[in-house]
Amino acid sequence: MTTLIVLSALGLICLFSEIFGFRKLLHPLILIGLIAAFVTNTFDWNNGGPLFNDMMIIDNFSVAFTGLLIGITFFWCLMSPEYFTEPSSESDHFALIVFSLIGTMVMVTFSNMIMLFLGIEILSISLYILAGSNKKNLASNEAALKYFLMGSFATGFLLFGIAMIYGVTGSFNLAAISTFIAQSAGQNSVMMLAGILMMMIALSFKVSAAPFHFWAPDVYQGSPTVITAFMSTVVKTAAFAAFFRLFLHTFSGTPSIWAPTLMIISGLTILVGNITAVYQTNFKRMLAYSSISHAGYMVLALLAMNQSAPSSLLFYTAAYSISSITAFVILLLISHKTGNDDIKSFNGLAKKNPFLAGVTVVAMLSLAGIPPTAGFFAKYYIFSAVMQNGYIGLVLLAILGSLIGVFYYFRVIIAVFKTEEETQEIKVNTLFRVLLVITSLAAIILGIAPGILAGLI
Amino acid sequence: MLTILIFFPLFAGLAILMSGENAKRIALAAALIEFAISVSITLGFDPTAGTQFVHEFSWVASLGISYKVGLDGISLLLVLLTTFLVPIIILSSFRHNYKNPGLFYALILIMQMALVGVFSALDGFLFYIFWELALIPIYLICLMWGGKDRVRITLKFFIYTLFGSLLMLVALIWLWMKTPAPHSFDIHALYSLNLNATEQSWIFWAFFLAFAIKMPVFPFHTWQPDTYTDSPTPGTMLLSGIMLKMGVYGVLRWLLPIVPDGVHEWGTTAMILSVIGVVYASCIALVQKDFKRLIAYSSIAHVGLISAGIFSLTLQGMEGGVIQMLSHGINVVGLFFIAEIVMDRMKTRDLGELGGIRLSAPVFSSFFLIVLLASIALPLTNGFIGEFLLINGIFQFSTWMAAVAGLTIILGAVYMLSAYQKISLGEANKQTEKFADLTLSEKWVLIPLVLMIFWIGIYPDFFLGIAEPSIKALRDVIHVAHGITQLTN
Repeated sequence: MTTLIVLSALGLICLFSEIFGFRKLLHPLILIGLIAAFVTNTFDWNNGGPLFNDMMIIDNFSVAFTGLLIGITFFWCLMSPEYFTEPSSESDHFALIVFSLIGTMVMVTFSNMIMLFLGIEILSISLYILAGSNKKNLASNEAALKYFLMGSFATGFLLFGIAMIYGVTGSFNLAAISTFIAQSAGQNSVMMLAGILMMMIALSFKVSAAPFHFWAPDVYQGSPTVITAFMSTVVKTAAFAAFFRLFLHTFSGTPSIWAPTLMIISGLTILVGNITAVYQTNFKRMLAYSSISHAGYMVLALLAMNQSAPSSLLFYTAAYSISSITAFVILLLISHKTGNDDIKSFNGLAKKNPFLAGVTVVAMLSLAGIPPTAGFFAKYYIFSAVMQNGYIGLVLLAILGSLIGVFYYFRVIIAVFKTEEETQEIKVNTLFRVLLVITSLAAIILGIAPGILAGLI
Repeated sequence: MLTILIFFPLFAGLAILMSGENAKRIALAAALIEFAISVSITLGFDPTAGTQFVHEFSWVASLGISYKVGLDGISLLLVLLTTFLVPIIILSSFRHNYKNPGLFYALILIMQMALVGVFSALDGFLFYIFWELALIPIYLICLMWGGKDRVRITLKFFIYTLFGSLLMLVALIWLWMKTPAPHSFDIHALYSLNLNATEQSWIFWAFFLAFAIKMPVFPFHTWQPDTYTDSPTPGTMLLSGIMLKMGVYGVLRWLLPIVPDGVHEWGTTAMILSVIGVVYASCIALVQKDFKRLIAYSSIAHVGLISAGIFSLTLQGMEGGVIQMLSHGINVVGLFFIAEIVMDRMKTRDLGELGGIRLSAPVFSSFFLIVLLASIALPLTNGFIGEFLLINGIFQFSTWMAAVAGLTIILGAVYMLSAYQKISLGEANKQTEKFADLTLSEKWVLIPLVLMIFWIGIYPDFFLGIAEPSIKALRDVIHVAHGITQLTN
């Protein structure tokens, strides 16, 4: 609860900074606030309990994911100054980011359907604005509108699903619903089934799993790059945690209803994401499709339904977010220099800046899932968890997907080592350098010593 | 000690990354130190004492993954091969000035770490990590310093081998699930599994594909000739001299003892594929004009014979396989070095445009002839010992297969000798008249190789003595745990 209060206070401070004129201090203040929130969050480890009359429940699962979300947001804040070219909107945007972080926290801590809905809305409304925050850019406006329309559509599904489940069980409370399902012992009404499927559709929208992914490439490409980075890391992590909490904690009594559907969603997402990514020439759009394909692997973790499932999801989201942040920072630097987001802009990077080339290689290897990076262990962890549940065919499909993934991630590596005539040096300032070193090292350390996160929850 | 041996090249490599111009000398020194460490390990090695120098600690406790390394005779010989060849490969590259030398030599040493790791890992997961780790440096070496068509070829190579590896990963996870809880990847746990015949067949194919692609066995070889031809020569040497032994070693250590019933079921198929590969690659080698490509195909033929000998499961076949792994590593590195020298001086590897080099470069031609004769298995050279044992082993399994596989010796003699004829004998043309003889550093590359050729050829007992107890122990594992009757002698 302290964490929630700290973050809310931080959001308000951001809003007031304009009025009281301490805008210059805003950035360090947010970083300090995030550290404080992270610290208070760790106090809840093994020390949780229900909050607000059972509306939320703090357990190790929620603490671990909250910590991860705050951590990623911290790294995100380190990379963000590049983006705020107009000082007037800086405080608003930071406030929105902090509010959406609160939304994600609610999404991983909810124990009542209403809170899930509130969390998703707090997050989404902030993001609709942020996606369109590059006001003069047509693509950014398009992204905001598309995101808004699709997002509201998904929310409609979510509410519909919640209402149906309430109709059957008479409760919004997760524990009560879970008990109801256990007592009905397989005798599920059609309404229950429809409700669960509707909620699954809504959440698949949010995590951009196929066939509900169509909004993602346009929105990711059109939004300002830093916002895309936020959406594809923090938002995705939170949405998956919510997905997990809902299906594995609450609907775990009825896997026969939703597991086959999720299997199809997972397989489809892996194939569609990876295959479409191969054809992209734009790096940002490629990352969007890669983010879709990673969603497919994370859905696999939901299917594992065993003890290692929460840990494997946590590890995967962490590994994926770290490498994605690295990739987006590199993209920021390069598009700043060359003026576009194409993979071609990476040509000859090894000559222009060996340091950037090195971190690009680490990030791509990790996203492709090649040892000794975190991405490999993340995939391994999920595969082994899912195989224990007997889904070998799905694992083979996922492996096929990883092979296709190598095609496009390695295209970036190949471009990096291409010999290019003109050698324009790219400068990296100290802040970015530190950030890149930390994220790349984290990707390697998590790959070499995965025990740090594996088996945590 | 063993852990130091594995990770010393990694740290040396990272240090070289910073060193800039002096990279090649530091790399050579590091590789020689590594060789010295491996020799001192050999001195303390007792062939009859089974797996030694074991170092174990828990790595990811919650998933039963541990870091466990150790050496038995087979591993030791391959580790020695690696530590012996890497300094030679580094020395052989002295004649070239590769751009960005720091990275180049760092990658070679990191590759060495992965190779030594593969040969000493005793934990399935660790083995997989090293196995994959070996792929990245060699990929980057080929990508950055390779020939014209390198981007397409190296990507094909990478995806091909990754495909095999991932299947192996699935098989390993499956095996891990079958171990009693708490699950483990420990090799002894995997050896003592009781799997039914269907499972064994599936796992056999998952493993076999991974290893067959790496070796490569027909029909999984299509990545190999292009990659060998287009890589920079040190890369080719690493690939052919050491990396393909990873595949053979994998069969010995991870395939045969874990799924003996699968081998019983499908081993003959694997042998037939290997033997087809022998004849097929030899025939293609006959018509090659490019000398480097010719060696690449001859390499497929040789490794096919090794794989056939090992799948025969006879003592001679397996011993021959181990010895031939060493011999082939030494010979093929020598041959590729000679191809490189020819290429550098004549700017062509086309056999039609060469000839008469013996007149202008007698020392070069003598070395060439020795390495070449070793490669076609002349008695008193290393190739003879290996191929004799292999064919003997295959013969005990099936006369017909031995007869067909034996063709490799005849065909090998034909294409290799005719290559020698076209390069060294005959009339000199305008270019080859000016062929300069070996420089000092080139001699220093070839002399150790030639010494090894004769050492193994004349007194193989030293190497057989190291390997034999381990091979027998390996056969015992296959025999005792699963009681296959066909294991005789």
